[in-house]
Amino acid sequence: MKVPYSWLKEYVDLNVTPEELQEKLFSCGFEVEELIRPGAEISRVVVGEVTSCEAVEGTHLYICQVNCGAAGADIQIVTGAPNVYAGMHTPAALDGATLPGGVTIKAKPLKGIPSNGMLCSGEELGLNEDLYPGAEVYGLLDLPKETVPGTDIREITGLDDAIFDISVTANRPDCQSVLGIAREVAAVLGRELKMPALDYTCSQTRVEGLDITVEAPDLCPRYLGHAVKDITIRESPRWMRRHLALCGLRSINNVVDITNYVLLEIGQPMHAFDMDQLQEKRIIVRRAENGEKIQTLDEKEFTLTSENLVICDGHRPVALAGIMGGLNSEITEKTTQLLFEAAKFARDNVRRTSRALGQSSDSSARFEKGVSEYITELGMARALHLIQELDCGEITASAFDCSAGAPREGKHFTASLKRINDILGIRVPAKEVLSILKRLNFEVVRSGDSLEVTAPRYREDIEVGEPDLAEEVIREYGYEHVVPTFLKAATVTSGGKNPEQQRKDRVLSVLCAQGYHEVCTLSFYADADLDELRIPAEAPERNVLRIENPISVNLSVMRPLLAPSMLHIVVENLKKGNNEGRIFEISNVYRPGKKGEAPQEIPHLGFAAFGDDEDFFTVKGSLEALGQAFGLRFDVERAEDVSYLHPGIAAYLLCEGERVGVFGKLANEVTAELKLHKDSKANHKIFLGEIDYPRMMSHAAASFRYHPLSAHPAVIRDLALTVAEEVPCGDLMKEIAKACPRVSDVELFDIYRGEQIGAGRKSMAFKIRFEPEDKALTPEDVERFVKKILGNLKFRLGAEIR
Amino acid sequence: MGIEQKIRELRDQMGQRIGQIDSKDNLAAFWQEYLGKKGSIAELMKGLGAVPKEERPSVGKIINEFKVQAEEQYRALSERMAQLELQARNRKEAVDITLPGKVRPMGGLHPLTQVKNEIIHVFAGMGFEVFEGPEIEDDDHNFTRLNVPKDHPSRDMQDTFYLPGEWLLRTQTSGGQIRVMDRQKPPIKVLVPGRVFRSDSDATHSPMFHQMEGLVVDRGITLCDLQGMLDRFVQQLFDESVRTRLRPSYFPFTEPSVEVDVSCFECGGKGCGLCKHTGWIEVLGGGVVHPRVLENCGIDSSVYSGIAFGIGIERITMLKYGINNIGLLFENDLRFLKQFQ
Repeated sequence: MKVPYSWLKEYVDLNVTPEELQEKLFSCGFEVEELIRPGAEISRVVVGEVTSCEAVEGTHLYICQVNCGAAGADIQIVTGAPNVYAGMHTPAALDGATLPGGVTIKAKPLKGIPSNGMLCSGEELGLNEDLYPGAEVYGLLDLPKETVPGTDIREITGLDDAIFDISVTANRPDCQSVLGIAREVAAVLGRELKMPALDYTCSQTRVEGLDITVEAPDLCPRYLGHAVKDITIRESPRWMRRHLALCGLRSINNVVDITNYVLLEIGQPMHAFDMDQLQEKRIIVRRAENGEKIQTLDEKEFTLTSENLVICDGHRPVALAGIMGGLNSEITEKTTQLLFEAAKFARDNVRRTSRALGQSSDSSARFEKGVSEYITELGMARALHLIQELDCGEITASAFDCSAGAPREGKHFTASLKRINDILGIRVPAKEVLSILKRLNFEVVRSGDSLEVTAPRYREDIEVGEPDLAEEVIREYGYEHVVPTFLKAATVTSGGKNPEQQRKDRVLSVLCAQGYHEVCTLSFYADADLDELRIPAEAPERNVLRIENPISVNLSVMRPLLAPSMLHIVVENLKKGNNEGRIFEISNVYRPGKKGEAPQEIPHLGFAAFGDDEDFFTVKGSLEALGQAFGLRFDVERAEDVSYLHPGIAAYLLCEGERVGVFGKLANEVTAELKLHKDSKANHKIFLGEIDYPRMMSHAAASFRYHPLSAHPAVIRDLALTVAEEVPCGDLMKEIAKACPRVSDVELFDIYRGEQIGAGRKSMAFKIRFEPEDKALTPEDVERFVKKILGNLKFRLGAEIR
Repeated sequence: MGIEQKIRELRDQMGQRIGQIDSKDNLAAFWQEYLGKKGSIAELMKGLGAVPKEERPSVGKIINEFKVQAEEQYRALSERMAQLELQARNRKEAVDITLPGKVRPMGGLHPLTQVKNEIIHVFAGMGFEVFEGPEIEDDDHNFTRLNVPKDHPSRDMQDTFYLPGEWLLRTQTSGGQIRVMDRQKPPIKVLVPGRVFRSDSDATHSPMFHQMEGLVVDRGITLCDLQGMLDRFVQQLFDESVRTRLRPSYFPFTEPSVEVDVSCFECGGKGCGLCKHTGWIEVLGGGVVHPRVLENCGIDSSVYSGIAFGIGIERITMLKYGINNIGLLFENDLRFLKQFQ
C-alpha cells in the first residue's frame, strides 16, 4: 500500500518528518516496508537561470552562463539542448552532482569548451509529465520564472516527497487507502482528520428507463449506481495526475482517473459504464450462466460458470463483478453519459473467481481484502464530488441503492475497563483508554467500569469487545508499557516429553550412534518417484493420497513410502562426491482413508547406507544394535518380492513373527537407471530400508527386570559343523539355542568351503556359551548338552560335526 | 704377589671393564669373569687356603668386600641395561601420534531436530508438555475453530494444500491448540511442534516447514506474561543479554496479536547486516488467545485466559547458525549435516 507524504498532508496537519512518521506508524501496527524517496539519488542540482546563451558555430552546442544563486552567479555550462534560451530557468546539475541511475556530473570541457556542470531535462531527473508539467518535453525542463536560482531542484519539482510503502495486516482492510492511513496517522499524532470533500448536487434530470436489480444479494450485499450525463472526456488536473503518479499509476483521462483516484484515496473500487452501450439501460447483478462468455477491458475472453458473479445489461455481461469491466461498455473518448458503480462484493467470491479465471486487477485485489459498505457510500460520494469539482459532467437524479439490508451503523457493545486491563496485565488509566478510543473514532460512554462503545462503521474487524479494545488501546498507548511478568498467576505444571516421545528420542540417538545422519525430506513427491523404484501399478503403495492443488506435479503425491526420498538423498550426495554415508528419517507416510475416514498418517523409519564399506551385514548389524537397545529380537525372512531391492540380498524384518519392515541392497535394475556416473554405479553399493515405526515399537520391551547373575563361570565350547550349502546359518543358530536351555549365546566365527568338506557343503564354526543356573557346570554336563545339540542338528538339518 | 695386591689389580681392572659394558651379553661376560663359578672371586676364594690361618679372617674380609662391590656393580649395570633396553624398545614402538585416529563414525541429528529439542528443553523447564497433532487436518481444526471464518482473507495469507474430501495439509501447528483444549482443561501449558505445509516455494519459503506452537491457558494469564515468558525463552536460546520487543500484528486466533522481535544477538542492537541495521530481528508471533477460540473448545473465557505463540523452527535455525538459504535444510548434503554433529 503506497501512501505519499504529500497526499497525507491534505488530511492531517503533519508536524513530523517522514522518518518520525514511519516510527509512529510502526509502533501502532503499520510497518513501513520501504520509505521511498523519489529524489534520493539527486544531489547538487539547483534552479539555474540562463543569463546568456551563445551558439557555438559548427556544433549543436550552446555556451550558457548560468546564475545558480548561492552556488555561483555566473557558472559556465555547455548544453546541446535545442530549447535553451537566455532567461530560461532550468535544472542545473553542478560539478559533483548525482542524478537517478547512478549518474555523476563532473566539470569537464565539451569539444574543448569548459563546462562546469549540466543543464537537465525532466526525464534526467526521473520526472514524467504526470509528476511535473513539461517533464517529457524534448530538451531542458523549462521551469517557471518565479523559481529562485540556487534552490534545490527537489523542492521545486516535488522530488523531496516521501512515499510510504505500508504493509497493512489482513484485519485492517479499512486502511487500504490513503484516507484509511490518514485516519490512523491522525489518531497516533493526536491531530484532527480533515475529510475529503464529499458534497455534490444532483440535477433534476433522470435517465429514462434506467434500472438496477441485484439478483444475487449474497454475493453483492450492496450496489450503488449513479448516472452522470454530458460527460466531457479530457485530461485530469495536475494535482490528480501527480497523486496518481506518486502511487505508480499513469493518468488516462478524467473519468478513468476519478475511478482510480477514489480507489487509492477512499479504498473503494469504482467502475464506470458507458451508458449508451448498456442495452435496455438495465443493470442486472447475477450469477453467470454456465458457458456464458465475457471479454474484459484487456481484450481477454473468459468462459464463465454459475460460481462467477457478473454485471449484465439487458442482454449480456458487461463486467466481471469486482474484477474488470467488459470491453463492450468501456469508457471511450466518445462517451457522453456514464453510470458509476460502487459496490460491495463478497470477498471470497471475488477471490475464487479471480483465481479460477486467472484474471486480477487492483479492484479485485482490493475486494478480496474486504470493503465495508461505509466505504462504498463514501466512494460513490467522492467520485460524484470529483465529477463536479472537475466540472466534467452533470450528476443526474438517477441514483440507485440496492442493499441486502446490512445495518448502517457501527457495532455497539458494552465493555469493562477492568477486563481490558486484565487482558493486557497492566493498568492503563481510564482517561487514557477513553482518549485513545476517541482518537480512533469510537464513541464511548463511560459509567464506572462499564463502557458503552460504538465502533466506527469502517471497523468491521471489531467483533468481541474487550480483546479488540485491548489491542486498540495498547497499540496506541505503546507496547513499551507492557511489563514482562513470568506467568505470575499460572498454576505450576510438570512439563517435558512423555515416555513415548522420550523413547523416540532414544531411537534417534541409537541410530546416530550407528553412524546414521538424520535427514529431513519433503512429505510429497511424484508418481515418477514410485516408478523409479519400480513399484508395480497394482501394489497397495500405488493407492496414494493426492494433493488437489499441488505446486507442481513433482510435489503432488503424499508419499506412501520413504524409500524414494531416501534414495533421492543418496543419489544427490553421490553426485556431490559424498561417496559414503548413512542416513535416516522418522516421518509420516500417507494413505487414503477408508470411506468417510481421515487419511492415514503412519510414522515410518526410512534409512539408507551407501559406500564401499557397506554390505548387507553392516546394515543388518546396525539394526541389531537398534534392537538391542529396545529389547527387540529381530528375525529375518528372505524378501524376494520387493521391487526395489535385490531379491537375493534383501530381508523382511520380523518381530515376534510379525513383519515390521524390509531392508536390503538396491536392486541392480534400479541402480542401473540412476542418473550417476558410470563408475559411481559400479563402485557404490546402496542399501535401503523402511520400517513401520509404531509396529516395530509395539514389540519393544515395555519394561524389564534384572536377571540374577550366576555365581558360577560360564563354559564356552566351539563346534565346527558341516551342512548342506542351502542350510541357512540362522536355522543352525536357532536349533542350537533350542536344543539346550543353558545356551545363552551362539556366535558364528568361521565359514569354510573347500575340498575337505566336499562339494555342496559348507563348514560353520560356532562359539557356544553355556550359562550355569544355580550350580557349576561339570564337564559331563557340557558333554551331555553338546551331544543333545549335535543330535538335534543332525536330525533336523543334516549337520555333521567336522 | 699378595692376595691384597691381586684384589687391588682386579678392582682397577673391573673399573675399566664397567665402562665397556653396553649390552646384556657384555654384562653376562662380566658376571662370568668376576662372579661366576670360575670367576676371579671364586679363584681368590680358592687361594684363601694358602693364606696363613691367622690372616685368613682379614684376607677373607677383603675378598668378601670385593665380592660385594662386584655384585653391586653388577646390579647397577643390570638396571642400567634394563633401562637402556626399555628405552630402545619404546623407541622402536613409538608411533606417529599425528596419524589419524580410528573413529567409528557417528551420525547426528538434523539441525531442525536439534533446535526443536532446544526449544522444547527451555519450555519443558517452565512446565510445558509436548503434543504432536496430525499433519492432515480438516478445515474445522485448521481454520474455523481458530476463528478464521470461511471468507476471511487470512486464508489467503497461507495458501493451503487441499486433499480429496474435506481434508487439507495443516498450514500451521495452531490447530494443535484446538486438539489439546478439546482433550484437556486448564491449566494447560503445551507445545505443539510439527511439519506444516503451504503452497509457497522460493529462496525463503519451502512448501513444507516446521513450526512450534505454544499455548498457556489458566486463570489470570496476560499479555505481560507472554512477554515475560518469551524473554526467558530467547535469553536461554540465544544469549542472556537478548531482549524482546512486542509490536502490533494480526492473527485470527489471538487478540491482541503481536509480532515479537529480539534485540540483535549479533551486534547487541547497534545495527548490523543480520538485523538489517535495525537492531531487531523478527523471530515469532503470538498474542492473547482469542476468547472465541477458548469458547470453541468449551473453555469459559470469562474465567480463563490464554496466551499463544508460534515459532518458525527453520527461521530460528537459520538465525542461530547463520544459514541464509532455507533450501540447505532440505538438501541433506552430508557435508552440511556433518557440521551439526
